[in-house]
Amino acid sequence: MLIKRHGFLLGTLLILTLGLGWRLVELTIVDRDFLQYQGNARSVRTIEVPAYRGVITDRNGAPLAISSPVRAAWLNPQVFIANDQQLTRLASLLNQPLEQLKNKIQQGAHKEFMYLARGLPPAVARDIEALKLPGVYFNQEFKRYYPEGEITSHLLGITDIDDMGQEGLELAYDQWLSGEVGKKQVLKDRIGHVIGEVAHVKKPRSGNDLTLSIDRRIQYIAYRELKKAVERHQAVSGSIVILDVVSGEILAMVNQPSFNPNARVELTPDHMRNRSITDLFEPGSVIKAFSVASVLESGQVTPDTMVDTAPGWLILNGQVIQDLQHNGQLSVSDVLRRSSNVGVAKLALELPENHLYQSLRQFGFGETSNTYFPGESRGAVVQPNQKQKLSIATLAFGYGISVTPLQLAQAYAVFARQGKFLPATLVKEGNQKQPEKQVISPQVSETVLAMLESVVDQGSARRAKVPGYRVAGKTGTSRLAGNGGYYQDKHVATFVGIAPVDHPRLVMAVVIHEPKNGSYYGGVVAAPVFSSVMTDALRLLEVSPDNSRTLA
Amino acid sequence: MSLIVSLQREIERRQTNFTYRNDWQRMHIDSLLMVALLALVGVGLVILYSAVAQEQQIMIRQSIRLAIAFGTMMIFAQISPNTYRAWAPTLYFIGIVLLLTVLLVGTISKGAQRWLDLGFFRFQPSEIMKLAVPLIVARYLGQYELPPKFYRLIAALTLIAIPGLLIIKQPDLGTSILVMTAGLSVILFAGVSWKLLFLGLAALGGSIPFLWRFLHDYQQERVLTFLNPERDPLGAGYHIIQSKIAIGSGGIFGKGWLNGSQAQLNFLPEHATDFIFAVASEEFGLLGCLILLVLYLLIVWRAFYIATKAQDNFSRLLASGLGLTFFISMFVNVGMVMGLMPVVGLPLPLVSYGGTSIVTTMAGFGIIMSIHTHRKFLPK
Repeated sequence: MLIKRHGFLLGTLLILTLGLGWRLVELTIVDRDFLQYQGNARSVRTIEVPAYRGVITDRNGAPLAISSPVRAAWLNPQVFIANDQQLTRLASLLNQPLEQLKNKIQQGAHKEFMYLARGLPPAVARDIEALKLPGVYFNQEFKRYYPEGEITSHLLGITDIDDMGQEGLELAYDQWLSGEVGKKQVLKDRIGHVIGEVAHVKKPRSGNDLTLSIDRRIQYIAYRELKKAVERHQAVSGSIVILDVVSGEILAMVNQPSFNPNARVELTPDHMRNRSITDLFEPGSVIKAFSVASVLESGQVTPDTMVDTAPGWLILNGQVIQDLQHNGQLSVSDVLRRSSNVGVAKLALELPENHLYQSLRQFGFGETSNTYFPGESRGAVVQPNQKQKLSIATLAFGYGISVTPLQLAQAYAVFARQGKFLPATLVKEGNQKQPEKQVISPQVSETVLAMLESVVDQGSARRAKVPGYRVAGKTGTSRLAGNGGYYQDKHVATFVGIAPVDHPRLVMAVVIHEPKNGSYYGGVVAAPVFSSVMTDALRLLEVSPDNSRTLA
Repeated sequence: MSLIVSLQREIERRQTNFTYRNDWQRMHIDSLLMVALLALVGVGLVILYSAVAQEQQIMIRQSIRLAIAFGTMMIFAQISPNTYRAWAPTLYFIGIVLLLTVLLVGTISKGAQRWLDLGFFRFQPSEIMKLAVPLIVARYLGQYELPPKFYRLIAALTLIAIPGLLIIKQPDLGTSILVMTAGLSVILFAGVSWKLLFLGLAALGGSIPFLWRFLHDYQQERVLTFLNPERDPLGAGYHIIQSKIAIGSGGIFGKGWLNGSQAQLNFLPEHATDFIFAVASEEFGLLGCLILLVLYLLIVWRAFYIATKAQDNFSRLLASGLGLTFFISMFVNVGMVMGLMPVVGLPLPLVSYGGTSIVTTMAGFGIIMSIHTHRKFLPK
């Protein structure tokens, strides 16, 4: 009986084992695809691969904004375990006080994701990784670095922590600069650690590089001199814009006050504005060059036509217009050289209706440039009422019009380009397809340029002279408008100039707001800045001198 | 009577009464069983190496444990079946006392009170019962005419039920099932009429609602989850789902050694212990698993063969019972891993990592070898 039962049982066990075998077949063959899919669904994850953001360089290829690979460390507090010793080490690696780190982790205890630190240098990230703390993970990121710091900060703007452009050119060209995020499949374990790569689904496409029209060296010189001047005169702010005459490209654009984009602590909008492009002011006398050009262009007068400015003042609509001194009879040239308000007002009043307004618009006032800079101001030219003679007169000497420093440089470049207007650009060769527009006749342009040279030679802007080069330019000293009128004690000192006159190469606008220490005149505050920057810039660009006389 | 004295007597008796067939028998080792066991253990170590991600410390510990287990087996093989029969009641009694002690002063680990802490080492008295129960039942039923009378069956069932319930109370459902299985296997071989067998099964079925209330919440949960794993995919059902995925993704030939993503990446829980069969399946596929099952079957077949050659009822019942128990523990584990049975915390015998159960199982094989090698042959 026992033997029989053994045989029977052995048979039963065999059948049971075959049952297990059949179940195995079922799982490994019949259900295999489904189960394999389920398995992959648990372990294969698609993650994003950050794309490399394009480099921004100056016109000669020097890097102004570069992305360096960094890593972000993040934490899943649900999985995180560390002893005191490890926490202390982690805190020191993260450069955070231990208590602060502990509090942070404590506060996030209910979360499943929190950043420990972002933008970690690769070496530091590796050290943290070596601690092998459960629940600490890393993401690849890029951090933007600006080698020129505060010198180019307004221009370039900033990116946010996610590498997206937030301000300035980083924002304007964000799409161009940022690449396309890639995707790859990785194998992750149950607690989310990446174990290995399976496949690249899509390679990340790097962003495009951007070559600016800026010349890093000139930018630096301009910044240095502007900063010096603003400090010396205890001014509130200042801007310099330098244009290449031929191409309309901006070679330098600097402002004060500035900020360091690499260490952004307590940034205020006040420090971050690119004032050269965003800030409007009433320019005053520098506008007279365009008024005279408009008058000459109308054909009613010649440079030698005499204007009577006696007795040095003029009453229009019950308001007094005054010159600084009594000039008597002045030629049109002298009106500009002496910067006579009365003279330019009288000339403007003779013009046909809206003539001056339209001329100014043609010089680019009230229009945006070709920079596409975020927050660019177009400014405004107030269209004068023909009955209101005062409004025509004030427009002629630079009130009732608001401009940016860039617009001034852009408009003065017309005199350097034989009457042709070209909008300014911040990108190298950005104007190649831009047609030039003849705004005034070449003759008038030549004439005004000559008049502007006499302003520097004998007029109010003698401090703008550059040894070895002939310089043309015009100063401006305007009052700052506030609520309900003009401030008596707040001025804007301006100088816009062209050099060398013989074969114009550079146009520069210098604007300094509210100089306090001593003089506030454009010829005293702004003109010397022009001189020192232009001296270095011309030498850097190896522009041949055109004035052997002053060299001697 | 001390163990040593009985050993000495045994040696004397052996020297006077019979001769050995060969050197293996002289050493009281069954060569075929030995080879099959070594093969299984070897395969087990290879699988474990992958399951624990090549961690040396664990491999060393498991190897030491296996060495102890094989040593225990050889020692157990030296003791004659008569000695086991003589000591069975004492062992059973000690076991019951220890189980009671555990319930009163045992160490709690993972929510269950299974361990007895003796200061220098901790052990599970329930392990003793895995051997003591089949021993006592084999002795009790073996001394009478077979098949046993009905009231003796009831008595034998009582002998099984007492430790069984004490172990469930710890709670340790898995071990309890194994201990009772060991006893019931012996009864089965003692000869139960088909009528009684079916009656017993029916009674078991009828007592399920009662037993259900006896189970702990988490044990009830496991049974419900077994019936429908999707009911709690993140909790109790997670084990089964993950395990089926691991097995299924292995396919026919497997992903290759050390290449199983589900186990290596920790998606498969308990992959070094209760679910190690899934690791084997993912890495060695259907074929590898079938080979493993054949190895188990070979060992069980050898145990049964030894039982048929045994020279007395006690030895015969014991060898068959132990062999069947070994098969059932394998079957329950593999069935569980493949979702055919509820998740009860039972290891895959001789392959899963850890546990004193390896030592107990090998001791059982020692007894089986003892039965085979202590047979008396007339001198030629």
